[in-house]
Order: sequence, then structure tokens, then C-alpha cells
Amino acid sequence: MKKEMIEDEEITEPEPETGEQASEPEPAPLPDPVPTSDTNVQPQDESVPVTGEKPVITIRGLTKSFGDHEVLRGVDLHVNKGENLVVLGKSGTGKSVLIKCLVRLEWPDSGKITILDQDLDTLNYPEMNALRLRTGFLFQNAALYDSMTVGENLSFPLRQHKKSMSKEKKDALIMEMLDNVGLADSIDQMPAKLSGGQSKRIGLARTLILRPEIMLYDEPTTGLDTGTAKEISELICKMKKKYNITSITITHDMSCARMTADRIIIMKDGIVYAEGSYKELEKSTDEWIRSFFDF
Amino acid sequence: MAAFGAISLIPGMISVSVVREIGPVITAIICCGKVGSRMGAELGSMRVSEQIDAMEVSAINPFHYLVVSRTLATTLMVPLLAILADGIALFGGYLAMNIHDSSSLRHFFVAAIAHLEFIDIFPAVIKTFFFGYVIGIIGCYKGYHARRGTESVGIAANSAVVASSLAVFIIDMLAAQITDLL
Repeated sequence: MKKEMIEDEEITEPEPETGEQASEPEPAPLPDPVPTSDTNVQPQDESVPVTGEKPVITIRGLTKSFGDHEVLRGVDLHVNKGENLVVLGKSGTGKSVLIKCLVRLEWPDSGKITILDQDLDTLNYPEMNALRLRTGFLFQNAALYDSMTVGENLSFPLRQHKKSMSKEKKDALIMEMLDNVGLADSIDQMPAKLSGGQSKRIGLARTLILRPEIMLYDEPTTGLDTGTAKEISELICKMKKKYNITSITITHDMSCARMTADRIIIMKDGIVYAEGSYKELEKSTDEWIRSFFDF
Repeated sequence: MAAFGAISLIPGMISVSVVREIGPVITAIICCGKVGSRMGAELGSMRVSEQIDAMEVSAINPFHYLVVSRTLATTLMVPLLAILADGIALFGGYLAMNIHDSSSLRHFFVAAIAHLEFIDIFPAVIKTFFFGYVIGIIGCYKGYHARRGTESVGIAANSAVVASSLAVFIIDMLAAQITDLL
């Protein structure tokens, strides 16, 4: 099993750009101050990185409707290796639907999704499951199996996918993951006994135990107090650095976005409205964009 | 029965009615209420709290893990419960008979079993497998496909009981018709 040897570090500020990140493409230009929705649909070329490196995740023209309600209206984006893309947007703009389409919890109406050089439309169920093993998903409410203890929650994916691994190795891996999230003493607790923040941490540990290359965080700090939300954001940064994870984070929490984002996109009415770094977007004069940063 | 001098027929009457119909059907209906509703509520709750989605994104087939195991369990266990219920019902019949007329337990059971034929036992046991199957599959289906929201958990549990009870009666009716043809 792949294992990074990077030492743990407490991270409270946004990550400094690594060499890899420094070679990322220039962010797409910010929209006009009073843009119309049509003019803000990014042309495909704009979301393609200008570096030679292939993005880990590429989405082209993604649309999704629920009945008459168009949630996604042609989303184009890419995520580079080792990058954390934060997706901001008001409620109902299709952020969660977007990342659920990436793991086929939702099926898009049209558009193309490529993850780790695999076109999702061409994958059959076993191939999709193989890809899911390389993609972790942290649910908004952590979605811990409530009939299992914390330890059983972590051992469950190992039991299913690492059948050849010895019990000692599995136990060691579980303890390592619980240590990572600072909850080693909760191994025998039931999920109902955990606080919201603890549940999120255990959810993160359970997802990371299969060492995914990509993490999708669905509102990881929603419903948590400021201190706990900061701890979760720090944990996301720590895990990203330790395991070199590429990630997409859906959030409303600007503190989380500031701490974790390498790049931010803002969604409005089912399309990518603006894109840039936290600092670039913070300086925008667009009222809509400003509304996220005036907190 | 005493007025008609037919006390000796009581064990046979009880055994045939219990083994052919009352035992399997009552057991199945109780399982619909207890097991079907539990499965509907449990899986519905797992669906609502995204635990089923969590399995899916972990590349674990939730259908295999949650539905197949439960359906297999009910398919195998309802027949055993029905046999147990038959035994208890016959013993209850013996106690009820003893209120008015003393009879030995051995005598009662010998008379009861003597009235049973292969055609009474075999179709009754076979249909309990089907009862168990529909209780499991309907309970799981209702829970697995619960819509989002807390209310849907109650709806899933309720509709699991209603649908599986109805299915039990339909299977019983078909079984009775098929048994008549044998």
C-alpha cells in the first residue's frame, strides 16, 4: 500500500504554492461586473489548463435537471493533481449535485466527466467501482454506519476491499487513521455518541483508509461551531499534504475556503460564474462575488 | 364437539388447520409486522442518512450487503419459525382440550399427527419459504427506495407491512389452489 512519508504539520494558513501548483494555469478572467448568465458560461478552452499536465478531473458541459428544475446548466471545470478546488455558491446552485455526478450518485443529463483519464460514460459497474476506490467522498453528515462502532466503521471498507490484508495490519491502519484525526480513543464508541465534529473526523478517517487519490468534501464544516470548523479545515489541509490528495470542497464557509482552497470557483444558477484564487476573488468588484466575501 | 361425540376428532382438526393454514399464515403476518417493518425503517433510515450512498461510493454493493443477506435470512428463518409456531399451537390446542376433557399429551399428539398427510405438510412448508422471501424483499425494497426525508422512513415501514401482508395472503391463496390440484 502506498504510504507517504511526509511528517504531520499543523496548518492554520493556506498552503504555500508548491512547484506543481505554481505551474498551474492562470485562472479564468473574472466576469463583468453585471454579467448575464449566458456570457458567464465558460468556453471549453478556458477551463483547460495551459500547462502540459493533464488535469485529474475534467468536466465539460455538465447538465442536470430534476423535473423542470435545471440544476446544472453546462458546467465546465478541471482540477489539477494535488490541487484543492473549492466550489462556492448559494444554496440550490447545484454544488452537491455536481460532486455527486462525479461518483455517479447522480446521473447527469448530458456532459462529459473524465476522472484519472477515465471517461465515466464508458465505464461499466465494476470499472466505476474501481474508480470509486480511488475517489473518497465525505458526506455532509458524515454518513457513519450507525449500527457499527467507530472501529467497525473503519474496518468495513477494509473487510470488503483488502481481504488479503492481515488483521494486525488492518488494526494498525485503523489506529493510524484514528490518530490522524485525533480520535484514537473513540474506537469502541457508537456513532450516536459522537459530536458533529467527531463524526466528520471519523467520516474522513473512514474515507481515507482506502487511500483515495481524490477527495470530494460535501460541506465539511456545515453545522459546526467556528472552532470545530477550523479544526476540520486544518485536517483537510493536513490530509492533503500528507497523502497528496487532489480534492474538491463544496462549502459555504469562507473561513474553510480561505484555509483550504488553491483555487475557487463560484457557481450561480447552475454554471461556473467566476474562478480564481481566494485573494483574486476577494478583490473583485462584482457585487455577487463580493457577497461571499463580505462576512 | 362433545355434543356431537366428536371429541376424538379435535386433535386431527387442530393439527390439519394449524399445519396447513393457521401456523404458516399467522407466523408470516407477525413477521410482516415485526421484520418487514423493521427492514423498511432500517433501510429507509440508512437511505435518508446517506449510509447507503456511503456504501456505494466506497465501491461496496449495498444491494448485496443489505438486501441479499436480509432476504436470505427471512427466506430461511420464516419456515423454521412457522414449524416452531405449529408446535406451540398444537401444544396450545392440547391445553385447551384439557380444560374440558383430560387427555394425555402423548395421546393428543399421536392423534394429531395421525391425521396429517404429506399433502398437508409439504405445501405448507414450501409456501413459508415464499412468505419469507416476500417479507424480506418487500421490506428491503420499500426501505431501499425510500425518498429523502424523515417522513419517508415511516412511510417505508408502513408500506412494507401492508404490501408484504397482502403478498402473504396472495401467495397463500395461490398455494391453496395449487395444493388442491395435487
